Amino acid sequence: MTSTTRTSERHNDALRRANGAMADRLFKGAAYGSGLLILGLLAAVAVFLLMRAWPAVAGPRSATQEVIASFTGGRFDSFVHYVGPLLFGSVLVAALALAIAFFVSIGIAIFISQYAPRRLAAGLNTVVDLLAAIPSVVYGLWGALVLVPATYPFWDWTAQHLGWIPLFAGPAANPPRTVATVALVLAVMILPIITSMTRDVFMQAPWLHQEAALALGATKWETIKLAVLPFGRSGIISASMLGLGRALGETMAVLMILSPGFGYSFNLLEASKDQTIAANIAAQYAEANNLGVSVLIATGLVLFAITFGVNYAARRLTRKATL
Amino acid sequence: MNNHMVTRSLAAVCGVGLLASLAACGDNTAASESTSATKDGVASLTGEYAGAGASSQQTAVEAWIEGFRSQAPNATVAYNPSGSGAGVSTFLTGSTVWAGSDKALSAEEVERSKSVCASGTAFDVPVYVSPIAVAFNLDGISTAGKHVNMDAATIAKVFNGEITRWNDPAITEQNPGLDLPNLTITVVHRSDKSGTTLNFVSYLKDVAPSAWPHDLSENWPNEVGQGAKGTSGVVSTIKQANGTIGYADFSQVGDLGTVAVKVGGDYTPISASAASKVIADSPVDTSVDGDNRIVVDINHKTAATGAYPIVLVSYDIVCPAYKESKDATFAKAWLTYVTSAEGQKAAQDAAGTAPLPSNLAGKITASIDQIKVG
Repeated sequence: MTSTTRTSERHNDALRRANGAMADRLFKGAAYGSGLLILGLLAAVAVFLLMRAWPAVAGPRSATQEVIASFTGGRFDSFVHYVGPLLFGSVLVAALALAIAFFVSIGIAIFISQYAPRRLAAGLNTVVDLLAAIPSVVYGLWGALVLVPATYPFWDWTAQHLGWIPLFAGPAANPPRTVATVALVLAVMILPIITSMTRDVFMQAPWLHQEAALALGATKWETIKLAVLPFGRSGIISASMLGLGRALGETMAVLMILSPGFGYSFNLLEASKDQTIAANIAAQYAEANNLGVSVLIATGLVLFAITFGVNYAARRLTRKATL
Repeated sequence: MNNHMVTRSLAAVCGVGLLASLAACGDNTAASESTSATKDGVASLTGEYAGAGASSQQTAVEAWIEGFRSQAPNATVAYNPSGSGAGVSTFLTGSTVWAGSDKALSAEEVERSKSVCASGTAFDVPVYVSPIAVAFNLDGISTAGKHVNMDAATIAKVFNGEITRWNDPAITEQNPGLDLPNLTITVVHRSDKSGTTLNFVSYLKDVAPSAWPHDLSENWPNEVGQGAKGTSGVVSTIKQANGTIGYADFSQVGDLGTVAVKVGGDYTPISASAASKVIADSPVDTSVDGDNRIVVDINHKTAATGAYPIVLVSYDIVCPAYKESKDATFAKAWLTYVTSAEGQKAAQDAAGTAPLPSNLAGKITASIDQIKVG
């Protein structure tokens, strides 16, 4: 009897192991599949962009020139001249938004993870996550209908008092549907992403290091500087890059607020100077013919490549920072 | 803009609901009545008919769909306001019965339509006239409901950035009764491709060629002022600051001030009837390629008393013969209704458009009669 139980136990054990191996394989397969799927999706998007952009790149040059001239009201007729200012605008707006959002986000994250009493921190966490969930069209509406008229006195003051800095050269546009206002709205949009990621990283900062710093007589700020920020550096960088990526591709808010132009201008307070790729596609798509759509998709391809490049650079930076 | 968007989305929701319910009806009857529907009778027309094109036509088309239902209660009509360019492209693939457009077909598009129409080439029929307002926001003047008088050269110089202040002598001389402030003019124009832009700059180019050096284009050609997307974007931008001026469809400008434009020796304020008058004074362009086409060559230089010259003529584009006979019956009935006095009234009530002048009626009927039915 004992021997039979033993054999059946052994049998069950083997069975369990076999089942386990099966589940293991299935899970591995599913995980691999998901991983490959994302690669496949990325490749599919790239192929789609290339295919649809092809007529604009390889087609008869005169037809493309005509389409681009019609998009720009006859200002440019070559693709490089067309996409250049758009790319400049995209990067300028996104970089400004990041510059504004970065320090505020880090500040919020440090406050939540280091200073705030637990109950307040929990409340703030909810608010930050809630902000991240607001769709960009709502930010766009808020920006276009509320922020634009409301910020004019501020921009006007800036132009009058800080106008000697080329960035703020006046006169400030009224209504201020300018790069400055757009950057402000985008900064608010990417703030929650950067905040919640950096906050999570700061929370993970090892207590022992912090206690050690405190034991050596460091103040609270010195502790953060010594034990929290260095630990979170790579997290800060990848959070910023995620935010930058969102700002680069943001369409609705830019479309609704910015008065577009086709220049390379750092005059943040003047309207009709810059435009972003994403907003330009959205603005022109509805009335574009087949070749026009191809040209727009080609600009999308450029944005795709730039976003890719930014992410790659971020990876490199993160790796360096962690080493 | 807010109200506008709310009504838009409401309309969209209603439209989807209607489509769903009517599609159900269509399915039930199509099988049993398909034999009788091939006869000329419009009342017995069944099935679904789709059009696409100019977003500016949307409100008018919604009113027409409502009115057309009383003539053909079993037919389902849907319109996708995808934009003039996209609408014509869709029409040229053959997936819609008609296209709505803010501009007439190009020669190349007429040529391409051969592959879609059963025979002949597509043609355009004007469906309404839409006055384009030069609207402004100026404390103490637009708020009091007053007009500012301007001639074409002044408007051109303002929109080209040569006149930059409201109290510029060029403006004050034409407005002796108004106290115009020493305030910067902020020009507001469309940032997207638009038939409204094309018609507005055509007016400037025709009447004041020396003050408007740019080529005609559906995209705004200079760097002056601010661009905004869509008519609603332009109107909301004008409303956001003091001293702004822009151009927009008359039906959308609400309580903004409008410019009275110099025609002949007088200044004509904008109105639907004044817009009809300029079309009555405009010839039909006979130089266009293709048969049956009615393309109005807007006479911007008109001197007719009480005519308002900045207008947009919106067209429907159809085939003279369709591969499906039902489509031909529908296209003919649809255009007949749309261009009828009843259809024009419906559009005017719903969208504030100006009715087609009566001198075009004969030509329009002749063109519509060319649609081969049965």
